[in-house]
Amino acid sequence: MTFPTDKPRAAADTLRGGPRRRRVRTGVPLPLLVPALIGLAFLTVPLIALLVRTPWRSLPTQLTSPDVWQALQLSLICATLATGVSLVIGVPLAWLLARVDFPGRGLVRALVTLPLVLPPVVGGVALLMALGRNGIVGQWLDAWFGITLPFTTAGVVIAEAFVAMPFLVISVEGTLRAADPRYEEAAATLGASRFTAFRRVTLPLIAPGIAAGAVLAWARALGEFGATITFAGNFPGRTQTMPLAVYLALQSDPEAAIALSLVLLAVSIAVLAGLRDRWMSAG
Amino acid sequence: MTQTHAATGTSMEGLDARLVVDRGGFRLDVALTVAPGEVVALLGPNGAGKTTALRALAGLTQLSCGHLRLDGAELDRTPPEARPVGVVFQDYLLFPHLTALDNVAFGPRCQGATKAEARAQAAEWLDRLGLAAHTGAKPRRLSGGQAQRVALARALATRPRLLLLDEPLAALDARTRLEVRARLRRHLADFEAVAVLVTHDPLDAMVLADRLVVVEHGRVVQEGTPGDIARHPRTDYIAQLVGLNLYRGEADGHTVRLADGPHLTTTEILSGPVFVAFPPGAVTLHRERPTGSSARNLWRCEVAGLETHGDQIRADLTGELPLAADLTTVAAAELDLHPGAEVWATVKATQTHAYPV
Repeated sequence: MTFPTDKPRAAADTLRGGPRRRRVRTGVPLPLLVPALIGLAFLTVPLIALLVRTPWRSLPTQLTSPDVWQALQLSLICATLATGVSLVIGVPLAWLLARVDFPGRGLVRALVTLPLVLPPVVGGVALLMALGRNGIVGQWLDAWFGITLPFTTAGVVIAEAFVAMPFLVISVEGTLRAADPRYEEAAATLGASRFTAFRRVTLPLIAPGIAAGAVLAWARALGEFGATITFAGNFPGRTQTMPLAVYLALQSDPEAAIALSLVLLAVSIAVLAGLRDRWMSAG
Repeated sequence: MTQTHAATGTSMEGLDARLVVDRGGFRLDVALTVAPGEVVALLGPNGAGKTTALRALAGLTQLSCGHLRLDGAELDRTPPEARPVGVVFQDYLLFPHLTALDNVAFGPRCQGATKAEARAQAAEWLDRLGLAAHTGAKPRRLSGGQAQRVALARALATRPRLLLLDEPLAALDARTRLEVRARLRRHLADFEAVAVLVTHDPLDAMVLADRLVVVEHGRVVQEGTPGDIARHPRTDYIAQLVGLNLYRGEADGHTVRLADGPHLTTTEILSGPVFVAFPPGAVTLHRERPTGSSARNLWRCEVAGLETHGDQIRADLTGELPLAADLTTVAAAELDLHPGAEVWATVKATQTHAYPV
């Protein structure tokens, strides 16, 4: 580590032959350096290629075409709603996992985490089995309330929430575990019920963790493809989100696909910038 | 004063508890009776179970058995939020996202006051504790002493019938401690209900409390006024706390025969099991066996360790009678004391104090 503002230390290092020692310490052996550089290139070259091949001249017209605008709008709305749903049911679930000692908690946590590793397409199929017209819950929704979820915009929100919520739950649960539970005890001795303590003490204390989890879930929902196309289909204006539009456009109009991809890349960079204090400062 | 049980007599007022908490290998079993207006300190070494007792009183730890009555009302099954109990935690646990005012207003708000009422009450409490200038400050902007007073105000604002303080001065540095201790003593003296504080510091306990309850290994080993306990310690822990050498033996007139052999001569005439105590300053050390000394108590010892103790040197002696002796630096140098040195220790009978077990 170097400390650019720490002049006395730098001076002392120089006196003790610091620069030479520093070079020795940061010297990287070739068997590590070469694969590391290949890895870096592997991750960055595709993104650079995307920028290089972007049709900058036709970009304004591409981005202002009604189709793109429609897909972008739908994506933003659905990802935001999915994040909202995740917050409303995911934060209490995280609290339950972090604060209440109940039998089978380990199993419940494993079930919550499962959608993280499950192929999203499988998630879509599973959602169809549960909420489809003939699904174990969906048939009753249809019969009693006339509600049909698959292949609707609501279906997009559900598919995205299914995939994105675990990110939020895991993030919030981690924050809750790190937060001192004795603040809740202090609130109890002041006459606060457990819910009041949660609302007025715990929630404000873990707000940064919730915000980070929400951004993560939102980004995941925005990029969701497999579960969405399986459960909600691909109807422009209704269920066709940006990732679906990108995939479709690639077959007919590659320039449009690149333009759409560029928008998603910009959003991703914005998310990363928003989270940098939380995850990038450690580096 | 008590709201409902006044008719049943004054014996119902205050705290009457037997706290039993079983926790895998450790058992706390402490009986505690405290009158309104009285300040009781639970004093004991770390791990004695003091904090567990406090948590049980607050309802944060469940009783395994026993009972807990406050002003005649059974509380052992009452959840913490429904108990008329206020707690000042060791590290205060002020809510970091709220100002001092809102921290103090939290309790009244939970008890049903409107936001404006709660804030007005909170402002009054902060003013009473000399914190009017800090109402808008977040906890991290407060000094240790100020945070402690905000925590006290927050606990008092719920108008508790039982005030609990967990190591109230432990988080403070030595200089603030002195000032805060004196201030806290005044506030506790003004408090009209039951106050129980937990500490491992005998000085805090003696300054703040009317009565001490000494807890070791989950049990009460001694209780009494600070003066009583300082004069008549009953365990090694208390004797060390108050700086006395303490022995237990069988008395026969002026002589006390200790369990492992040596005799002690005292001024009191007693019989049966007794304690004998004397301060380390009463011990005189000699390199040669003293001749013609009037001291009746003479033992051959070996120096096990030396440490500075204020402006004196404390010698830790083993041998016939293990004891602590205080002597001046000059005396220690003249005697050429060093670990392993052989010495003779004498104590005048008039400086010992014997009392029945």
